[in-house]
Amino acid sequence: MDEIVKDFLIESGENLDRLDQELVKLESDPRAKELLASIFRTIHTIKGSAGFLGFLRLQRVAHAGENLLSRLRDGVLALTGEVTSGLLAMVDAVRNMLSEIQATEHDGENDYPELLELLQRLQETAAAGAPAKFPPEAGKPAASLVPEIVVRKNNVPAAVVPEVVVPVISVPTVAAPAVEAPVAAAKREAQPAEPAAPVHRPVAGKLGGLLVESGRVRAEDLTHALAEQEHGDQRRLGEILVALGLCKQEDILAALQTIEVRGRETGVETVRVGVNLLDKLMTLVGELVLARNQLLQFSGRTSDAGVNAISQRMNLIASELQEEVMKTRMQPIGNTWSKFPRTVRDLALSCGKEVRLEMEGQDTELDRTIIEAVKDPLTHLVRNSVDHGIESPDARRRAGKPAGGRLSLRAFHEGGQVNIEISDDGAGLDRERIRSKALERGVISSDQAARMSEHEIFRLIFLPGFSTAEKVTNVSGRGVGMDVVRTNLEKIGGTVDLQSVAGKGTTVRIKIPLTLAIIPALIVASAGDRFAIPQVNLLELVRLEGEEVAKRIEKVHGVPVHRLRGRLLPLVYLNRELRLAETGGGGDGAVNIVVLQADKRQFGLIVDRIIDSEEIVVKPLRKQLKTVKTFAGSSIMGDGRVALILDVVGLAQRASVIAETQQDHGGAEKSALAEAAAEKRRFLLFAGPGGSRMAVPLDTLERLEELPSSQVERAGTHWVAQYRDQILPLVNLEFALEERRRQRQQAKFMANASSAPLQVLVCRHEGRTVGLVVEQILDIVEDAAELKYPASRPGVLYSTVIQERVTELIDVPAILSGAGLGLAGPNPAEGDSAKARSAAASAAEAEN
Amino acid sequence: MDETSQFCTFYLDHLLFGVELRGVQEVIRNLEVTRVPLAPGVVRGLINLRGQIVTAVDLRRRLSLPPLAADALPMNLVVGSADGAVSLLVDEIGDVAEVEESTFERPPETLTGSVRAMILGVYKLDGRLLHVLDTEKACQVSEPEPVAEAR
Repeated sequence: MDEIVKDFLIESGENLDRLDQELVKLESDPRAKELLASIFRTIHTIKGSAGFLGFLRLQRVAHAGENLLSRLRDGVLALTGEVTSGLLAMVDAVRNMLSEIQATEHDGENDYPELLELLQRLQETAAAGAPAKFPPEAGKPAASLVPEIVVRKNNVPAAVVPEVVVPVISVPTVAAPAVEAPVAAAKREAQPAEPAAPVHRPVAGKLGGLLVESGRVRAEDLTHALAEQEHGDQRRLGEILVALGLCKQEDILAALQTIEVRGRETGVETVRVGVNLLDKLMTLVGELVLARNQLLQFSGRTSDAGVNAISQRMNLIASELQEEVMKTRMQPIGNTWSKFPRTVRDLALSCGKEVRLEMEGQDTELDRTIIEAVKDPLTHLVRNSVDHGIESPDARRRAGKPAGGRLSLRAFHEGGQVNIEISDDGAGLDRERIRSKALERGVISSDQAARMSEHEIFRLIFLPGFSTAEKVTNVSGRGVGMDVVRTNLEKIGGTVDLQSVAGKGTTVRIKIPLTLAIIPALIVASAGDRFAIPQVNLLELVRLEGEEVAKRIEKVHGVPVHRLRGRLLPLVYLNRELRLAETGGGGDGAVNIVVLQADKRQFGLIVDRIIDSEEIVVKPLRKQLKTVKTFAGSSIMGDGRVALILDVVGLAQRASVIAETQQDHGGAEKSALAEAAAEKRRFLLFAGPGGSRMAVPLDTLERLEELPSSQVERAGTHWVAQYRDQILPLVNLEFALEERRRQRQQAKFMANASSAPLQVLVCRHEGRTVGLVVEQILDIVEDAAELKYPASRPGVLYSTVIQERVTELIDVPAILSGAGLGLAGPNPAEGDSAKARSAAASAAEAEN
Repeated sequence: MDETSQFCTFYLDHLLFGVELRGVQEVIRNLEVTRVPLAPGVVRGLINLRGQIVTAVDLRRRLSLPPLAADALPMNLVVGSADGAVSLLVDEIGDVAEVEESTFERPPETLTGSVRAMILGVYKLDGRLLHVLDTEKACQVSEPEPVAEAR
């Protein structure tokens, strides 16, 4: 295919997508002359190029559309719904012909006679003298348009007129009719994607022109200020305007921002690069990352300083390169949203509803593959909202709401994830109907139904085969909707949740990872094979040793469970699930439990060995293996061998931890159902001295361990335990919390530890592994944990409310620094007898 | 002159097979295979082909032939398929054969079962028959999980 035809196709394709949006926007605001002009130009360009390239059918259709548009532009014809539909049909026809050209290099056999006739007829109704509803207001600038676009893109910083003021060269012609030109130019500048249209820069200085354009300064005032400057006033134009009281400082700042942004937008050069090339680059970077991992492994074994230095540099460069290449794959989510205005319009029209679509955060960026993956779920949710969520205008009026419904899409980054919200102000979900439907279908028992919270009932709609639509429309209501949305999102590691208030509306919240190509994972071994577990599914690691194995793994009618902080955790043996050879664990008789979360349900996966956590490059499985639901993909390890990535949800289903159709939505799940709110972190909740509730961020800890008190020994001045062939210094939180007591009480460490096993939080501190001994580990919770009350003592960051109880957030580094590891210790002779303990305790009391 | 085609030949249980030469990416001996638990039996596992992860299909098993002796190492014949590259495990690689179209014949009606779909036909060579493998079909593995092997 000719390069020129290719370029035409690419450019026209993009223009068409924008046309859809602009037409819909124009329908809601028929006065927007600039919008109309832009639409007209686009069609005109397509017509021209089509004629030039010899696509005569395409040219004819575009021509008919252009004629109709020119009537609109001249104000002879009013933009009715019918006209908009006609124009949209024309856009569709052009799109069809373009794909025809793409496939056959020829614009097809279809002449679109009906369409041409329709466009002709629409045009003639105008000619027949139908009065124009919205005569164009000549000479009056479409003032509100420009600042709107600008303000949304910028956070105007506070204070002082910045230094970037554009020198004013000549006095502008500011007579009212002439103002239109700068508006047009400004509009064009604000849309850099537009085809090369001639840009008429305002004759005047940018700032003055912009201020007048946006209606913030009157033309006469500007002339006045400029005259001042000409007469020798050394101040900048903005300062003069403010000084003369002709304009507010904020307005000047906003205008300057605009100029700056426009400069930047036109200044950055871009190159069009094929997606294939980017994918290839990504693959190569993936390989580079693997090679780097191998190199690091190798250099870890050698003591050659040169090799180590080079591999360190390699490491940095590879990481940076990886990051930059990832960025090239990022696309604004607005790309997929661009189709929604049209979708919503057509759908609302066919349902007889009025819906206004609002979009926010279109420039939120996501990996290309993820954008592809969320496209269908999002479309489904949007259609759902229009079809089921928003009521008919009559029903809305009866409910005391405006006849037109509002549907809003919002995207934003939060905590390394992308959040997308789809909310409508419709009727909300009908709790009773969902409940009765669930009962009728046997999804839940009446007993469960009675216990379920409202939120849990709403979540039932994500189950397979569940649809409450009274009538099945061609849009939705076939009962294959929301569960497909959920599974598709979960497939890419995302989650979906919803909130609904009867009569007020429904909000669906989606959280998805930024990228899928490279993920952090835990590498484990079972029956001699390595497997990668995505870190997102990982909650914690539990290791049972020696006699604990038999004691702490209990059986419920033969089914193994582990009592994790009072709750029964079902255990799944990886080797058995995968039908691998029976193994005796890691060889040392210990059992490693990887606590995983699948679909709000926790289970423990028993593996032979925990190897390491690593960033892995995800490679999809080929179709020969698509039937194997237990694996999500594969990756190449540092040694060049392939390892499989476990699909935790698939594995849980296989092991019947979660049923394919979930039955139980009852009690225990309640706390796990995360309520989306502020940014949440995971905290380990434990009982500190005297049973007070304390917490540490989970990501500051390496592991949780339980050590029998018999393992605690003394090494010099420290209390230590042998742990994984290392010596683990132990710090008892009870005594570490108050500095002045430290020395005495470090001594009676053992005294306090009766025969009960010690609960140890293992963490890294200044390059060493240290164990922090606490009274009792309570739970792992997800919470926003915002500051509620400042710290009352050293070692505590602040007090907060977690699970409705006041909890102290512990500052682990501070405690460990203050614990005097490596400082001179007390006399070990104080020993571990009960006598010494009570003596020490009374001494402590005396000290108080 | 008669039209000819080029085939990359290989052996499976002493039978001579061939795949069209232009579909062949490369031939490699001795690649470490990572097994895939629960996968269909004909999938031997995954191999790392210079950073590309490729599925290895046990062609003997796919064609219902007896398994290769345990100590013999198969060769990887990497072919392109609609779904990316696939490695076919074969006993031994032969020469490139240039065959005349006129010597081609469809498989006999008496060849039935699943194997028939994978064998396009044979070229009658001097003293041997060259079985033409349909690589697309050979790579299509959709059978469900095998019955539980000894736990």
